[in-house]
Amino acid sequence: MDKTNTDTKTPTSKNPEDQTKTTEQTLAEEEQKFRAAPKLDRSPFHGLWALTNRDLRKWYTSPPQLLISLITPIVWLGLFGKALNFASFISSSGIPIAQQNAILISYFGTTSYFSFLSCGMLAFIVLFTSAFSGMSVVFDRRFGFLDKALSTPVARGTIIMAKVFQSVGKSLIQSGIILIIAVILGMETSHFTFLGVLGTFLMVFLLGTALSALFTMLALRSADWQTQQAIINLVNLPLLFASNALFPAKLMPGWLQDVVKVNPVSYAIDGVRQMLIGAHGMNSLLIDFVVIIAFAVVLSAICIVLSWRFLSK
Amino acid sequence: MSTNKIETPTSNIITVENLSKTFGSLKAVDNVSFNVEEGEIFGFLGPNGAGKTTTINMLTTLLKPTSGKAVVCGFSIIKDANEVRRSVGVVPQEYTADEDMTGINNILLCADLYGMPRSDSKAHAKELLKLVELEDAANRKVSTYSGGMRRRLELACGLINYPRLLFLDEPTLGLDIQTRTAVWKYIKELKEEYHMTLFLTTHYLEEADSLCERVAIIDHGHIVKIGTPEELKQIVGGDVIVAGVKENEPDISSEIAAIPLVKEVKKQDSVYRIKVNNGEEAIPQITDLVHSLGLHVISISLKKPSLDDAYLELTGRTLREEEVDKLSMFRQRVTMRRARS
Repeated sequence: MDKTNTDTKTPTSKNPEDQTKTTEQTLAEEEQKFRAAPKLDRSPFHGLWALTNRDLRKWYTSPPQLLISLITPIVWLGLFGKALNFASFISSSGIPIAQQNAILISYFGTTSYFSFLSCGMLAFIVLFTSAFSGMSVVFDRRFGFLDKALSTPVARGTIIMAKVFQSVGKSLIQSGIILIIAVILGMETSHFTFLGVLGTFLMVFLLGTALSALFTMLALRSADWQTQQAIINLVNLPLLFASNALFPAKLMPGWLQDVVKVNPVSYAIDGVRQMLIGAHGMNSLLIDFVVIIAFAVVLSAICIVLSWRFLSK
Repeated sequence: MSTNKIETPTSNIITVENLSKTFGSLKAVDNVSFNVEEGEIFGFLGPNGAGKTTTINMLTTLLKPTSGKAVVCGFSIIKDANEVRRSVGVVPQEYTADEDMTGINNILLCADLYGMPRSDSKAHAKELLKLVELEDAANRKVSTYSGGMRRRLELACGLINYPRLLFLDEPTLGLDIQTRTAVWKYIKELKEEYHMTLFLTTHYLEEADSLCERVAIIDHGHIVKIGTPEELKQIVGGDVIVAGVKENEPDISSEIAAIPLVKEVKKQDSVYRIKVNNGEEAIPQITDLVHSLGLHVISISLKKPSLDDAYLELTGRTLREEEVDKLSMFRQRVTMRRARS
C-alpha cells in the first residue's frame, strides 16, 4: 500500500491557482482516501483480547510474579486454616463423637474447618486479585498507556472490560492452583463432582467480574496508587470479614449476620461450599447463582457506562 | 467513507475555531483558532504549561473542549471522535510502549487497538520497524531500549494505522542533541515518504526552526503569532551587522545609513552596530563603502535573529518552565529518565 504512495507526489497548496486537476492528482487523492480507510474491524469488541492478553502476558511470562501472588493464600490456608482446629476444640468438651460431628456439620457444613476455609479462600483470592485491577488502571494512566489506548478507536468499555477480564483470568488460574494445594493439604474431596468443580470456577468467574468491575470503576479517574491502596483495604477487609469466608454466619452476632446476608461475597462462597463439600447452604444454589450473576452484570454495566463519561477527562 | 464527513472547501486538514479548555478556574487553552494545511509540518511552540498538550489532547479526542469546535481530517472532534481516531496517528510525549513486551509486539498491540487485521498489520509492522531502523531490536524487550530507540518505536506505533495526519507531542523531550537530530531526520523522512501532515509541539526553539514550515507561538493558552520561522524572525527587525573599524577614524554613520538595505546605525567607540534587512547582501556593500572612503574594516560579523529573539519580542520573555500539574510533572520525569536510559 505504501509503495504506491512513495512515488506519487500530491501537490501542496503552495501555488494553488496554476494547478489544474491532472490525472495524477486525482489518483493521488484516491490513494489518500484508500489509505485513510484501511479495512478495520469496527465491532465494539475489537481489541478486547489484545488488551486482556497484554496484562495476562506480563503475569504468565514471569513465574516469580505468579508464585508471589500465591504466597498469601497458601499461608492463610496452611497456617490459619490448620491452626483454627475447631474439631479438637469441640472434642475437648467431652461430647460424644457423633454429636460433635453433628455440631460441626450444622455450623461448618463439614467436620473439617480446613475444608470449610478452603472454599472461603477462593473468595479471598478473588477479592485480592480483583483489587489490583484498579491499581492496573492507575499505572496505565500514570505511564501514559491509557492515553495511547484512548487515542485509538478502541471502545472505552473495551479498555475497561479488558482490565476486568485480565483480573478474572488471574483469579481463575490462582483458584485452580489453590484448590489443588488445598486438596494436597487435606481438603475433603468426597463431595467433588465434575459439575461441582465446573460450577465453582463459574462462580469464581462471576464474582471476579463483579469485584474487578467495582475496583476498576473506583480507579477510573484516579492517578495515584496511595488512594487505591486505601480503597483496597477499605473495601476488601469488610467484604472479607463480614462474609462467611472465614467463619460461619450462624455464630455471628445478629447485626453482623444481617450484613453477611447482604454481602454478595457470601452468596458466592455459599454456592461454592454447596458444590465442593456438600454443605447445606444459607440459600439454594439457584439463588446463589442468580444473586452473583445479577451482581456481575449490574456492576459491569455501571462500570462500562461510567467509563464512557469518566475515563477521558 | 462515512456519510458524516464534513466537506471542507480548502485544503485544510485541521480547522480550529475558538477552541477553549478550562480546568476549574484555569484557562489552559483560551479561544484558539488556526488552520493546518494538508502536507505541511506545523508546530506549536511554547513553554510547559502554555496549553500545547491540552490542544493536542483535544484534537486527538482525549479531552473534550469546553467550547469551540475543530474539524480534523474532515471529522468533528466532538461528534465523530471515533472517525478522527481512525484517521490520525498520535505519538505522545511519554514513552507509552509496554516495557515487558518486545518492540514488534508493542506495534502489533497498537494495530489491534485500531482493529487492523493481523494479515495486514504483521507486514506493516515489519516495514515500520525497518523505517525507524529497529528491525534488529524488534524481538527484544523494550526495557532494553535506549531513549532514542524508544522514541523511534513510539513513532512506528503512531504510524501503524496509515494516518494522513500525525500528532507529535514534544517528540524529542529529554533526548541528547545527536539523538534529537536523528529523530528529526526520521520525521522529515516520514513526511516525504508517506506524504503526511505533521502537527508537533515543542519547547525547543531549534526544533521548531529546523523542522516546522509554520509555527504558532502559544503562551498562556493564547496563540500570539502564526508564521513561518523566517516570518517570525522578521518581527525582530532584521539582521544585525557588527563592524569594527580602526580607532580615531572619522564617523561615517550617516554614509552607512544611506545604503538602501540599512535600517539603523549606531556607533559605539570603534564599533558600528548596523541593523539591516538582508545581512548577506549588506556586508559587501558596507565594506566597499568603507574602503571607498579610504578607511578600514578590521572585523565584521553577522548576527541572524533567532526564533529565541522572536519569542522574546512577542511574549516579552524567554521560554521558561511553568508549573504544571503533578501528574504531568511525574510523567515528564519518567520520560526524561527513560530518554536517558
